[in-house]
Amino acid sequence: MSHWIIAPIILPALLAPFIVLAARYHIGIQRVLSVAGVVALIGLSAGLAWYVADGSVLYYRLGDWAAPFGIVVVGDRLSTLMILLTSVLALFVLLYAIGSGWDNRGRHFHALFQFQMMGILGAFLTGDLFNLFVFFEVLLIASYGLMIHAGGNARLRAGVQYVLFNLIGSTLFLFALGSIYAETGTLNMADLAQRVTQIGPEETVGIRVAAVLLLLVFAIKAALVPLHFWLPTSYAEAPAPVAALFAIMTKVGAYAIIRVYTMIFPPDLEVTSGLHDIWLQPAALASLAVGTIGILAAKSLDRLVAFSIVGSMGIVMIAISFFSPAGIAAALYYIVHSTLAGAVLFLISDLVRTGRGNVELVSQPPMFGTALTAGLFFAGAIAMAGLPPLSGFLGKLLVLDAALGTELMVWTWAIVLSSSLISVVGFARAGSVVFWKAHSVTADLPAEGVVRPSKLAYSAVGGLFALLVAHTVFAGQVHGYTTKMATQLFAPDTYIRTVLDTPGKLSKPKEDP
Amino acid sequence: MELLVASAIGVMTAAGIYLMLRLRTFPVILGMSLLTYAVNVFLFASGRLTIGAPPILRDEVSVYTDPLPQALVLTAIVISFGMTAVAVMIGLGAFLGSDDDHVDDQGELRETEGKS
Repeated sequence: MSHWIIAPIILPALLAPFIVLAARYHIGIQRVLSVAGVVALIGLSAGLAWYVADGSVLYYRLGDWAAPFGIVVVGDRLSTLMILLTSVLALFVLLYAIGSGWDNRGRHFHALFQFQMMGILGAFLTGDLFNLFVFFEVLLIASYGLMIHAGGNARLRAGVQYVLFNLIGSTLFLFALGSIYAETGTLNMADLAQRVTQIGPEETVGIRVAAVLLLLVFAIKAALVPLHFWLPTSYAEAPAPVAALFAIMTKVGAYAIIRVYTMIFPPDLEVTSGLHDIWLQPAALASLAVGTIGILAAKSLDRLVAFSIVGSMGIVMIAISFFSPAGIAAALYYIVHSTLAGAVLFLISDLVRTGRGNVELVSQPPMFGTALTAGLFFAGAIAMAGLPPLSGFLGKLLVLDAALGTELMVWTWAIVLSSSLISVVGFARAGSVVFWKAHSVTADLPAEGVVRPSKLAYSAVGGLFALLVAHTVFAGQVHGYTTKMATQLFAPDTYIRTVLDTPGKLSKPKEDP
Repeated sequence: MELLVASAIGVMTAAGIYLMLRLRTFPVILGMSLLTYAVNVFLFASGRLTIGAPPILRDEVSVYTDPLPQALVLTAIVISFGMTAVAVMIGLGAFLGSDDDHVDDQGELRETEGKS
């Protein structure tokens, strides 16, 4: 069974070059291969998630070298849930890209998409910090290509900013890894978790610097204020299906923070005390506030959605920054919700663009498919703003509940509740300007190049939305599972023992009795 | 030697950050390259500085240098080289398309200049 855990990385890694080499000029074959690959990934991740649901840890040594000398791939409840979420999201995004024809507006969309999947899944599965850096780079290189897919000046300019900001992040990551290696002599996460506790109180300078640098890197990925400046423009300018897939990329940062700061630098560790409550929590609250103000101030629909992503990452990071089992469980529930809701909204903004030619928040005559698009936007906005009955409301309730008794409880409640109100106003304004007032504008000739969005595009959005509804209906079960996940994260002994004690090449030979 | 290596890393980092703050594509990419050189040397030094020792541990060798940072640096060099190439190509495309090599957004500034 343990060999299967590497399959979600290998499958897209083999499929992508095959698509480039064998199916270069045949968009039909590319589409079939890409969808088949993602469906296989869903099957694989569902199987892995089912296998580790009982709390066991799946573990694979590359080349059979024993940890901490070799690279390991580890799957526990958290990482298998994240790969399942990624592959399910990828299927609907891919269907939308095919249905809307985005994949045919430039070359190599499907190959880059598979490389992107490889990077994201690898980042969720790896048990080695340097390997995490490598998979970050894989997903970033693929995302650079996807981000400027189909070209255009505005997109290229946004692409430059995106690439440079992420290059700075990668450099910081390397500095952090260098200082961690200099202090501990290992980069394996399980081994690090043990060695960090052995550092004496007078020698903590280096490891403190490393912990802060690492937090900065993951905060850049998670678009935490004040490191969020790369997100709004690049997500708004990226092709819509790519932006929808990028909804999972900010969660990679959140995942890395959860993983590293529960296992390697747990909250009760003397060395890094104060990092979560003094630094992370105010930054998370500021992210939520800035994202919400952005929703109100946005002049176009795609920027509005991009800022709502910043805001929802704020809520995720608020819940994470409690670093209590309840907080992490709430954060994981909200991560699933905000990924799906963000992707739905990006795809809807592209439906609007297809139907009326632009996404500016000004009144224009009714577009193609107004009724259906408006209905979907209404439901998506309810989910993102956190109104009942959808999962955004339940997620926010869980976060508020986890905030009970923490130091910044008053601030958390005030900012979460008032930001919900403001984002309702922001979404309502956008919806009424784009959809409602359309009927009071006298119709000129329809703009050029405007078509009715295809049925496949609508069904992809509908499919994602059905997942959101399922996430709401089965909230009890999902939250029960995320609570189990949080318990596993706060008792990392099984993880550490599985990784370090399984014999492999180079491990100490067992003495014969 | 520690002073030499440390000051080399420091000077390259400082120069890299200064160049990145110029906010024009060419200086920014040069600054990025300098930063990656700095981080490569830093990674190399993270296994402690040892002179004239082999990076392998054998029975008769008593002094050896840590081989892992060398492998890490190799990976980092390859990745940063590729990344710089990608950044150059995208930056070149953006410059040729809009005839403007500013990294930050200039749109609103130019609009107000046009009005005044």
